[in-house]
Amino acid sequence: MKVQGTLKALRSLAVGVALVVSASPLALSVAHAKSALSLGIVLEPPHLDPTAGAAAAIDEVTYANVFEGLTRIGPNGEVLPALAKSWEISEDGLTYTFELQDGVTFHDGTPFSAEDVKFSLDRARAEDSTNAQKPLFAAISAVNVADEDTVQVTLSEPVGSFLFNLGWGDAVIVSKESAAGNKTNPIGTGPFKFDRWIKGQEISLDRYEGYWGTPVALEEASFKVIADPNAAFAAMMSGDVDAFPNFPAPETLIQFEADPRFKVAVGSTEGETILAMNNESGPLSNKLVRQAISHAVNKQALIDGAMFGRGTPIGSHFAPHHPAYEDLTGTYTFDPEKAKELLKEAGYAEGFTATLKLPPPQYARRGGELIRSDLQKVGINLEIVPLEWAQWLSEVFREKNYDFTIVSHTEPMDIGIYARDDYYFNYKNPAFDDIITQLNRETDEEKRYALMKQAQEMIAADAVNVFLFQLGKAGVWDANLQGLWVNSPIQANDITGVSWKN
Amino acid sequence: MFSYGVLRLLGLSLTLFAASIVVFVVLEVLPGDPAQVMLGISAQEDTLAALREQLGLNAPVLTRYVDWVLGMLQGDFGISYTYNVPVSELIAERAAVSLPLAAIALILSTAIAFPIGIMAARFRGKALDTGIMGLTQVGIALPNFWFAILLVYVFAITLRLLPSGGFPGWDQGVLNGLEALILPAIALALPQAAILARVMRSALIDVMSEDYIRTARAKGLSARVTLWRHGVRNALIPVLTILGLQFSFLVAGTVIIENVFYLPGLGRLIFQAITQRDLITVKSGVMVLVALVVLITFIVDLAYAAVDPRLRRGR
Repeated sequence: MKVQGTLKALRSLAVGVALVVSASPLALSVAHAKSALSLGIVLEPPHLDPTAGAAAAIDEVTYANVFEGLTRIGPNGEVLPALAKSWEISEDGLTYTFELQDGVTFHDGTPFSAEDVKFSLDRARAEDSTNAQKPLFAAISAVNVADEDTVQVTLSEPVGSFLFNLGWGDAVIVSKESAAGNKTNPIGTGPFKFDRWIKGQEISLDRYEGYWGTPVALEEASFKVIADPNAAFAAMMSGDVDAFPNFPAPETLIQFEADPRFKVAVGSTEGETILAMNNESGPLSNKLVRQAISHAVNKQALIDGAMFGRGTPIGSHFAPHHPAYEDLTGTYTFDPEKAKELLKEAGYAEGFTATLKLPPPQYARRGGELIRSDLQKVGINLEIVPLEWAQWLSEVFREKNYDFTIVSHTEPMDIGIYARDDYYFNYKNPAFDDIITQLNRETDEEKRYALMKQAQEMIAADAVNVFLFQLGKAGVWDANLQGLWVNSPIQANDITGVSWKN
Repeated sequence: MFSYGVLRLLGLSLTLFAASIVVFVVLEVLPGDPAQVMLGISAQEDTLAALREQLGLNAPVLTRYVDWVLGMLQGDFGISYTYNVPVSELIAERAAVSLPLAAIALILSTAIAFPIGIMAARFRGKALDTGIMGLTQVGIALPNFWFAILLVYVFAITLRLLPSGGFPGWDQGVLNGLEALILPAIALALPQAAILARVMRSALIDVMSEDYIRTARAKGLSARVTLWRHGVRNALIPVLTILGLQFSFLVAGTVIIENVFYLPGLGRLIFQAITQRDLITVKSGVMVLVALVVLITFIVDLAYAAVDPRLRRGR
């Protein structure tokens, strides 16, 4: 009897499983309506408030889509009007008067006014602010509401890049009523409103019908979190995801390029990737040694070997697509013999031993191996220490307990970090600090560009770091999609201009 | 039976207590500052200090430990540093994926392993046995993530029958949910089934050489009835042990499969929380998993007793 029972149970179990398996294809016919977009992102944002966290993934979902600032940054890095329709700058560069857009409402229906601008900027620069980019607002001395549609911002000293700074995701305008809840239920003024978030899986946005500006073509968009390169490949190939603007599996791009269903777009980012050197650590405090190392590293081999050819050589800490870029890639050509000579001159003919601490990204882990073998050839032995991000931040970035590290600096226009006191490179050059101070004060574009060039030249001459390459970005998307950004002047996935062909 | 259960429960509470100390201490010494991870490299010192205060990271160690344990006893698992929602909510959401996935995988693996394990034992040394053992050997050797990728290529990319990954949420329909779990469940189940089948086979072979089996045959029971009534039942103890271990593994140890199928499961939650230094989520999440494993062990212990009456009286 018992035997029969068990067998029966097993048999019905098998039937049940078979039913589930065979029934499934029926449920699968979720064809794509041509007004929905499913977009892959590698990292899940920790929360959705761009004014309270550094994670780029927050902007990758919310920037321009959900939240807007006074200004915004366009696809090629230009400053465009957003919630401010126009502005005037006083002669001395200290007072900015912003004229605001009309008819703007937040997604919860509250009208937007000058008071919200004041609230947002004051909140970002307040003492207890947890804004990750607080220095952006450091120069603001007062924010005054002139009338409902006009805001006056007074600075304590001129800031040349102030309009650009206001275009960062960290400077978006939020409403007093909803600011506290933005981490889980973001409420902005953008053309998309937050719908739902399945943690670990996807974030969905819906079109906001009350949007003040040009209505967007998409009705809904979902951002799917897919970290694994294989899964990303499969999701694109199977059509589960329509676009992957920052595709994590560069080695499979050839397959997409050969497939007419897809478009592969290779663009640039703001990521200056450097072999950072601790300018106060032993031999590295000697400029000759740093120059020798700059000659010893084969940068093109690094781009080809570690990045599958996707990266642009740079000679200083500056993005090649910027108008003020100066090509300094010839400063330190790949020349191991020269490197050995310089090391000899510096008194390190026998070479030395040092550590290379690597954060998790592939450019660092893959690049680290290549750099180690390059430096070995000139007598420098590197011990590679892989770290996770949190460890890297505390050991390398804060405690400056390192000799070499590889990292990509992805903030836009960040050459000013070389003037910071106590920054992790330990670079100290008063002449350079002067240039940056002047640059901050200067509002005339021509003069600013000249100063930027000087700054680029100076850190290249000092060989502060080895400037490896500008991080490339490869996006893959459905060939019928249009309007996605090819370049990444800021880390964002602006889908406000995206639509399906026909 | 009753005192057996009480003793077991007491032991389990002690295990949990010990685990809470280990988990807490390990995370205390883990390098990395949660505030810095959240605010990134441009953050100023005062901003970091403000956030640390907000997160309650400045309180003394002992206070934080006691608060944490007392909170958990009252069902309060803390607020995630990064997601800013109660950890219990996060865990519940993820468990809604991980537990059904583990259950389906376990059912599949049992459904495969039991018949073939028993079959192999029954036809020991015959061609069928050799064939089954060969297959299970392959099953054990297969890395499950590789097998998972293979499944995706065949069923999602080539045949386009099933989604390549992701989980739509149970509110989008049970069928849609199950559909998303089929491939991951198969990928998880096959290697487990291979192990289970081998355990089943060897346990059954051991049992079948016992004296009481000969006695059973001698008193006139057929080979089939002997196998099922006396053989399989007695072989179940080692099999149950493995089943318990497998279920624990399937709930907590599937982070690789979750990555391949980008499923929002418990393993990935904790893995992500570690890299983001969302310490409270790691602590409470790990404790929930420990509790779950402990609970499964307890259930397996009870199941032993149910299968083997000697244990009920024994201890």
